[in-house]
Amino acid sequence: MENKVSRLQILTKGIIKENPNLVLLLGTCPTLATTSSAFNGMGMGIAASFVLICSNIVISLLAKIIPDKVRIPCYIVVIAGFVTLVQFIVQAYAVPLYNSLGVFLPLIVVNCIILGRAEMFANKNGVLDSALDGIGMGLGFTLSLTVMGAIRELIGNGTLLSGFFLGDEALQESLTIHIPFVNEHPMLIIALAPGGFFVYASIIAFVNWLINRKGGTPRDFACGGCALASMCTQEKCVAELGEIEIPAPKAMAAKAEAPKMSEEEKAAKIAAAKAAKAAKEAAQAEANAAEVKSENPDPVLAAAENALLRKKAAEQEAVTEKKGDEE
Amino acid sequence: MGLYFSIILGMVLVNNYPLAQFLGICPFLGVSKKLDSSLGMGVAVIFVMVMATAATWPIMKLLSAWNIAYLQTIVFILVIAALVQFVEMVLKKFIPALHKALGVYLPLITTNCAVLGVCINNIDLGYNYPQSLVNSFGAGVGFLLAMLIFSGMRQKLENNNKVPKPFQGVPITMTTAALLSLAFMGFGGLV
Repeated sequence: MENKVSRLQILTKGIIKENPNLVLLLGTCPTLATTSSAFNGMGMGIAASFVLICSNIVISLLAKIIPDKVRIPCYIVVIAGFVTLVQFIVQAYAVPLYNSLGVFLPLIVVNCIILGRAEMFANKNGVLDSALDGIGMGLGFTLSLTVMGAIRELIGNGTLLSGFFLGDEALQESLTIHIPFVNEHPMLIIALAPGGFFVYASIIAFVNWLINRKGGTPRDFACGGCALASMCTQEKCVAELGEIEIPAPKAMAAKAEAPKMSEEEKAAKIAAAKAAKAAKEAAQAEANAAEVKSENPDPVLAAAENALLRKKAAEQEAVTEKKGDEE
Repeated sequence: MGLYFSIILGMVLVNNYPLAQFLGICPFLGVSKKLDSSLGMGVAVIFVMVMATAATWPIMKLLSAWNIAYLQTIVFILVIAALVQFVEMVLKKFIPALHKALGVYLPLITTNCAVLGVCINNIDLGYNYPQSLVNSFGAGVGFLLAMLIFSGMRQKLENNNKVPKPFQGVPITMTTAALLSLAFMGFGGLV
């Protein structure tokens, strides 16, 4: 029962809760470029989902065999194979889609969503879970692309359901719905480049508002959003790219703790070094005391020296204990 | 000569990669918080783009000659990934200063729309070898220019606390990019 519930969760989290486009902020290039119309976005979403599901399955099957150091190039080979397959299928059966997607069809291979899911999910989970995750994420991606495409098409072009991706011109014309007023006076800027940015921003703002209402925190563009975040060492990222905050989604919570841990480790190291130094000094103080004792036969003076040395050692112990307590 | 100039001008201003063609948005929005990191990223992008074109254009000629042009996607992305890895190692060994300045961005650029996009665009636009190199150089310079301007705008945005709550963070950044893209649209029809 538990297993089944979590499987359903894997399937549905990609649709709304962890929508790859709007919540995880991956795959922004195709989102902005291919959403000039609803069917365009839907076609792109379907193509990317196909690649995502297939590559998730294959990568989770091969996860144990692929050596860790070369895993990213291996994933890229698998994904590129499926993208070539999708290119052929689209070119053969959906020529209008092929023409409108242009260079973004082969660019599915570097889509952060696919590489990111392979990196974070498929290489750690079983085949069925990976397939469900692919289906969920693909559905979420397609849904958000379609909605954004619909908005941009409606305001920027005054039509709905234009540019159907199968068949020929006549079919496309017959499916297109022209909204009466907006069709004559479309807001062309929305259909062009700046409109893409702005509509995407508005949709993310709406999703952020929903997230804030539920008490979560929206994410930011950062190293954590990049699929290769595990490949480039994150401390280097944080240090060199200048205090970019790494968000802490569930999958990356462990990695987000890593910088904090390194600080703790640093503090521990400093404390350990100080303790070692203190111990060394105490040892040397004792050696000095022994020397002093052997040099100076006066018992009173020797006792005073010993007391002083013991006091010093006790002080140093207290300091190291304090440092240990602080951690 | 005139053709090269118009190619560069076109790539830098008219068909600007992040702002007009939506290629390379992830690093554009992710790295442009500070000016120096934008500069480093932009220079790294120019470097990788020119190198990738220098490597992939002859390979495409070879693939077409052998009638396996459909392997373009796979071969390109593998060549780019391997090349960037190799160059990072060479830089680390021979020019450590440059590696320190650019090194962290190189993995970010590898699996990035912009580099693969420019390689495929060169083939689709039918440029010959020198034209392709100039094209990718121009694309990189356009990327750098857009990132520098954008990071300046973002730094102004940092100190502003009047942004409404849902718009804070990513949405206001995207809206700023929309305005910048609108500004660059004014160059349309220049070339």
